[in-house]
Amino acid sequence: MFLKKKQTFTDTTFLLTITISLFFIIYLLSIVFLGDKGFGKIQMFFNLFNENAALIVIACGLSVVMITGSIDISVGGSTALICTTCIVGLNKFGLNFTTSLLLALAIGLTFGAIQGFMVAYLEMQPFIVTLAGMFLGRGLVALIEVNQIQVSNPGFEELSGARIMIPFLGDINKKGMFIQSKLEYGVVVAIIIVILMFWFLKKTKLGRNFYAVGGNAQSALMLGINVKRTKFYAHLLCGLLAGIGGFLYLFHTRSGSVQQATGLEMDAIAASIIGGTLLTGGVGNIFGTLFGVLTSGTVLLVVTAIGSQDPWWSQITRAALLCFFIVLQSIICARKK
Amino acid sequence: MPTNKLKSISKHRLFVPIAFLVFLFFVNMIINPGFLKISMGSDSNGNPVLIGNIVNILTNATELVILAIGMTLVTSSSKGQDISVGATVAIVGGVIMRVLCGMETQPTTLHAPVVVALVLGCLAGIACGMFNGLLVAKFKIQPMVATLILFTAGRSIGSMAMGGLKPKAVSSFGYYGNFIPGFPIPTPILITIVVIIITAIVLKKTNLALYTKSVGINDKAAYLNGLNPNLIKFITFMILGLCVGIAGFVQASRVQTVNPYTIVPSIEMDVILAVALGGNSLGGGKFNMTGSIIGAYTIQTLTSMLTTLNVNTNAVPVFKAVIILVLVIIQTPIVKSFFHEHIQTAKLLKTQRKERA
Repeated sequence: MFLKKKQTFTDTTFLLTITISLFFIIYLLSIVFLGDKGFGKIQMFFNLFNENAALIVIACGLSVVMITGSIDISVGGSTALICTTCIVGLNKFGLNFTTSLLLALAIGLTFGAIQGFMVAYLEMQPFIVTLAGMFLGRGLVALIEVNQIQVSNPGFEELSGARIMIPFLGDINKKGMFIQSKLEYGVVVAIIIVILMFWFLKKTKLGRNFYAVGGNAQSALMLGINVKRTKFYAHLLCGLLAGIGGFLYLFHTRSGSVQQATGLEMDAIAASIIGGTLLTGGVGNIFGTLFGVLTSGTVLLVVTAIGSQDPWWSQITRAALLCFFIVLQSIICARKK
Repeated sequence: MPTNKLKSISKHRLFVPIAFLVFLFFVNMIINPGFLKISMGSDSNGNPVLIGNIVNILTNATELVILAIGMTLVTSSSKGQDISVGATVAIVGGVIMRVLCGMETQPTTLHAPVVVALVLGCLAGIACGMFNGLLVAKFKIQPMVATLILFTAGRSIGSMAMGGLKPKAVSSFGYYGNFIPGFPIPTPILITIVVIIITAIVLKKTNLALYTKSVGINDKAAYLNGLNPNLIKFITFMILGLCVGIAGFVQASRVQTVNPYTIVPSIEMDVILAVALGGNSLGGGKFNMTGSIIGAYTIQTLTSMLTTLNVNTNAVPVFKAVIILVLVIIQTPIVKSFFHEHIQTAKLLKTQRKERA
């Protein structure tokens, strides 16, 4: 009994523990050493969520496909497409908040369904399919609107500008005034989705099937799981979450362009990997993904706060972080074998 | 029988890329009747140069052809593609500009001989290839995830290599991407020919092709036969790195300046498409270098056709993405067997009908 418990610890909880402790260590260290750069403020902590709400949702979707042993690198492209399409709809075709949300979900689901069909039923390589999806998404943006555009829809802007005031928490500014901390509504959606996805993956039949298919598709098939359909559902779910995430991205930025959200897929994959989702499939935890997003977000904030004015460091740091965790994972996997 | 001959032609490995190329030529000739015309003109300095659509396609395809050669080997051995080629071209371009211009934005002379820049650029490319190869061969990471790291960081590293400046080298550096004065054939075409000849000699005279294929088809069997699959994979990534170095050099020389964030946009897509179009399976194994090269020229023809039709540069990937999806769908075993079964049943019905008659 004890042995069994220990085994599960090494399998999934080990990487998760690393990530959560890494997040707290980095954050505490930056409070201590970079407190004057804004890390001491409580608002900074909430901003970490405000900035990354969309990424949290999209990374949840990527965790699902990665748990199933597949991958989706089209999320950045579909996010850019969702932003531009919704803005054009809001500005020119009289869409409102609800209809634009439905449009975003429809785009996400379409991407998910087509890619899922190709990966699951036509057995194509997920990377090639979603690479094509990524370029398709970005190219369609250019077909719709070449220039950068902004939302000019009063109703949408009002909703997007709304903030939740956190009671009793806040910072004192230079003039000695107390300013309450603010949280965007997108964060609430993201947190709800994280909790829902956690419940879904742990407690429902389909959620558990994802792990089974990713762990070993052959054994899953012998257990009577419909492997193809499960993979299809994973991509569909990722598409749905990419739709919600893309809408949250629009909700936060209120603008759209061809080059928008470049590298978002990399950030989402990095967050999942940092959170302990194995690239080979079968292992992963949604709370790990949440902390993966927070860790990489904090690292980026630290890089900016250290005072490097050069714009290239943020991308290089992200890639280095991803590289570190990929290699770590590979070493852990090799040792297990 | 003519039908049999037709069938054997359509079964040939190079049928798809050549048929597609011919089709594109026809479409181009309908759009632009003077498509095939090549004439002798002169550039701004009065030197004789060749002008024509075909010349442009051959010139502009240089980077694509060189990268497709390397990508074919990587695809064959490691069962995946390198998606960082565009970003590593940016790194190579950044290194070359730094070597040639130092920290000046408008240098009046070259800071180093061009050969030094070429060698250092190739070394930078090989270093990137070694990084990718190490992740793939040693740490057993899927090639596309491993190369995702440089795909993201590469353009920033290129910018860092130039120190954030956008220097413009003197025009004599432009000989390698445009024309050598007094010689009418564009230099990139000559570079392409040299690279293709070297590739052909290497593939004919060394065991590289055989080893790459055997690792791609079954790396365990290759290991049991005394090959080192990891080393072969690593070497193919290094060769791709060298190709990136040469391609980056030509690209930097074209306008004598490099913007790492926009240089060769979405070329990784074009290269993968060229390899797929050339009849190579994207799942590794056997490869066909001639097919890849013809595929690269086909893609360049498609690109120039879309540009003639005034399609926005950012929207061009839409068409390519659709084509690559169609090509890969045709290649999948499920679709193949589906068609095969249909043809079989059709044949069966035919013979049954004949018997009845």
